[in-house]
Amino acid sequence: MKLLLTFSRKRESDPGRQPVIARIVKETGVLINVEKANIDSTAGEVLIDVPDQDADLIRRRMEETGISVRSLERNAIVRDEEECIDCGACISVCPQNVFSFDADWRIQVRQGACVLCGKCIRACPHQALSQQQ
Amino acid sequence: MEKSLEVINTRIRDGNARVVTAEEMPAIVDELGEEGALEEVDVVTTGTFGAMCSSGAFFNFGHADPPIRMERVWLNDVEAYAGIAAVDAYLGATQASAGNSEYYGGAHVLEDLVAGKAVELRATSHGTDCYPRRAITTEVLLEDLNQAIMVNPRNAFQRYNAAANAGDRQLYTYMGTLLPRCGNITYSGAGTLSPLPNDPAFRVIGGGVPIFLGGTQGMIIGEGTQHSAGSGFGNLMVTGDMKQMRQEFLRAAVMPGYGTTLYVGVGVPIPVLDLSIVRSTAVRDEDILTEIIDYGIPRRDRPSLKKVSYAELKSGSVELEGDRVKTSPLSSYRKAREVAAELKRWIEAGSMELALPTRSINAERRAQSMRETARAPRVRELMNTKAVSITEDEKIKTAARKLLKGETNHLPVLDRNGMLVGIVTTFDVSKAVVHDGKNNLVRDIMTKNVIKTHPEEPVDIAAQKLERNNISALPVVDKENRVVGILSAIDLGKLFGGRWQR
Ligand code: SF4
Ligand code: SF4
Repeated sequence: MKLLLTFSRKRESDPGRQPVIARIVKETGVLINVEKANIDSTAGEVLIDVPDQDADLIRRRMEETGISVRSLERNAIVRDEEECIDCGACISVCPQNVFSFDADWRIQVRQGACVLCGKCIRACPHQALSQQQ
Repeated sequence: MEKSLEVINTRIRDGNARVVTAEEMPAIVDELGEEGALEEVDVVTTGTFGAMCSSGAFFNFGHADPPIRMERVWLNDVEAYAGIAAVDAYLGATQASAGNSEYYGGAHVLEDLVAGKAVELRATSHGTDCYPRRAITTEVLLEDLNQAIMVNPRNAFQRYNAAANAGDRQLYTYMGTLLPRCGNITYSGAGTLSPLPNDPAFRVIGGGVPIFLGGTQGMIIGEGTQHSAGSGFGNLMVTGDMKQMRQEFLRAAVMPGYGTTLYVGVGVPIPVLDLSIVRSTAVRDEDILTEIIDYGIPRRDRPSLKKVSYAELKSGSVELEGDRVKTSPLSSYRKAREVAAELKRWIEAGSMELALPTRSINAERRAQSMRETARAPRVRELMNTKAVSITEDEKIKTAARKLLKGETNHLPVLDRNGMLVGIVTTFDVSKAVVHDGKNNLVRDIMTKNVIKTHPEEPVDIAAQKLERNNISALPVVDKENRVVGILSAIDLGKLFGGRWQR
């Protein structure tokens, strides 16, 4: 399951200044895959992938350190079916193979794999894609 | 055996014409043979639904009271061409909004009108004795307009080049987003379903022929602008009554970083008159070839990376230099099928008869490139050939001295053989001094990844490099990577300041 972590790193004691992920991996033995990290001087956003059965544990431990956690189970990317014309521009820009055609040349979305890189949102000529809030 | 158009039209009127889509035709010819297919099939319908930038419509707004001779016209803030009579204008799909929305343009106005939405009309004039009014702002609906006639100068290309990008910067083009290092391939066109590959000799496709356009019956005017059937890139100029069009076949789009465009559904019915038409309508994706062009090269004559068929492009990935690269169509094959299917229904229902061209289209013509009387200036003509340089094993102090003396604040760094290996700037040298360093030699502080140009590069491209990398000078190197000059932002200023002489 994918978890989106957001945290502050303004002060020395903020979770963003600590090796929180490494510590939790060490403590729990759960292998965390970091899929995307966006970190600036005051805040950070990290997308991690963890085995489904460990998601609750990891979420709890993260939250204890002051990180806010949101799970992205389904529909990370929303497709507006009115706007989409099945042009397929999204297919080849996606690093995760989220989009493909079915036998009738309609777009299929395989949600689980998305790492929220945003490439498809900008590439869609019909502004049919957005990130679920 | 041959079949006359009259026979086909009689069958259409009687409701017993046999109509198939261009996608179904190859299998029918395989099964029945060419003679059999000629006997069996009366009409083959084609269809395509893709970005057709060269589209637009003429409007007549009717006269206001007091009347105005509209000199400039905006529809929802998108300017239309008004240099035609008092209350007429032509709005093109790629016209950008006068406001600064990247996501709204001519195409969106056209779609909004077809969708039945109210659009703001604003016009200005200098006022004349017969047309005293100087400005007007009002709302219009498509149904209020006297005419809204779509005239698309260049639609339904025979085929398009596919696009990739071998450069190392992501590109935003009319062929969509192109990832660096050939990370993806985009293409356009419906292949076997596209109208023109089904009649590349233009035997039955020509001026006066009725077609499907934007969900209603339209007509081919003749060859489109830049028509180049001789090189496999023929296209059509088409027209239709926008008031009858439907939004599902007319959709505005934005190619990110490029601009707005209109997705248009176009379909041409092809009467199966003889064996040569049977053969041309049996065309398959495998038979329609195109090139994958490297858009990383910002020139007119971009190199081809590979020749491919539409079958390969439609398979979802193409092998390019050892890698499998994913493809994106950009046009919608699902909608292309809808166009061909709807056209088929119209003809089966007897609501559309066929006609032969009243004006034929030249199948040999090739489009020319622009004959430029003023050649775009090249770097050679602006660069400073007295570039001061330094070698990588000289002292930083020497660099400082050279920089102080020279007029430049960029020193190209050479290796022993005189090849360019780096660049140092006044900033690098000052930094080294401040950090009071262990660093002694130019090699320790130089930037190794040098952004450079060559003498034959057009200055517009060199200027883009400066701008994109936020730097102020480019070493100019020859084929052997030897420095032959330096081009600075100041040199470019001479050009763009208008002082550059041919
Ligand atoms: S790029 Fe946009 S319009 Fe095209 S298929 Fe994907 S979601 Fe649909
Ligand atoms: S956001 Fe990135 S990973 Fe997710 S679907 Fe779009 S392109 Fe793929």
